[in-house]
Amino acid sequence: MKIAVLRFPGSNADWDALHAARDVLGADAAYVFHKDTHLDGADAVIVPGGYAYGDYLRPGAIARFSPIVPALVAFAEAGGPVLGICNGFQILTELGVLPGALTRNAHLRFECRDIHVRVEARGPFTDVARGTVLRLPVAHADGRYQCAAETLRELEARGQIALRYCGPQGEPAESDPWLDPNGSVGHIAGVYNRAGNVLGLMPHPERAAEAALGNDDGLTLFRSLRRHLGAAS
Amino acid sequence: MNAKIYVTLKTEVLDPQGDAVRRSLASLGFERVKAARVGKLIELKLDETDRTEAERAVRRMCEQLLANPVIEDFRFELEPSS
Repeated sequence: MKIAVLRFPGSNADWDALHAARDVLGADAAYVFHKDTHLDGADAVIVPGGYAYGDYLRPGAIARFSPIVPALVAFAEAGGPVLGICNGFQILTELGVLPGALTRNAHLRFECRDIHVRVEARGPFTDVARGTVLRLPVAHADGRYQCAAETLRELEARGQIALRYCGPQGEPAESDPWLDPNGSVGHIAGVYNRAGNVLGLMPHPERAAEAALGNDDGLTLFRSLRRHLGAAS
Repeated sequence: MNAKIYVTLKTEVLDPQGDAVRRSLASLGFERVKAARVGKLIELKLDETDRTEAERAVRRMCEQLLANPVIEDFRFELEPSS
């Protein structure tokens, strides 16, 4: 199982993603630089967090001009599993690979803390954890998921809403304003594309992937990917 | 031609920055400010003298990069460069 971790100028969670995929999960994971034009035969791609191109214009907006992007889009369109984390999620929405957009947090604060999400959707990254509540860290100022009302209805109907903010026991986010860190529509923390092979999420599963660091809830997404790709590959 | 492009959040998208500005103005005593929206101003100098061509080009720039159609609206003004 070969995993490519993309690196843009301004990526800062690329090392965390590589460590989780390679050292914790045990996959054959390697960086792919944004100036490269192919993914080196990867079976899955991680678009990591950070501030690609300084978040100029809008978070994720300039990354789409990187040479690696055509290969990334082709991989996603061919059904390859892609995980966009935080800024990676923002990049994938700006590319139009994922629906919606991420906007400034409703309370204008940079949110850096653990939150809880309920795993709702089926998919390569969520099948193992589906139906459970995960504790994951967030670290973002622009994480408020927004989309048109019609898009939201489609996401609901097609089962594309992968993760929603909730309480530690799965309590709905409506019960306490603290539970949703950014005020997302529908308390959405992560969505799949229509085909179900691309997941974008604001929380950082790669920063909660080792019991030694106090929390390995995030590893379930990586284990799910491994199961999806099959242990042999 | 010179272009001034205004990019704003769509009216249905919550603008927390605008709301913070409104509340700050109220705390300065400007309580008659009913609403505030914060957007971006982008200024371009174009090597183009034809207004129709400039308008077409700027519209495409907005649609393809300068505004995100999911959350933002845009409008622009053109004036001959002096």
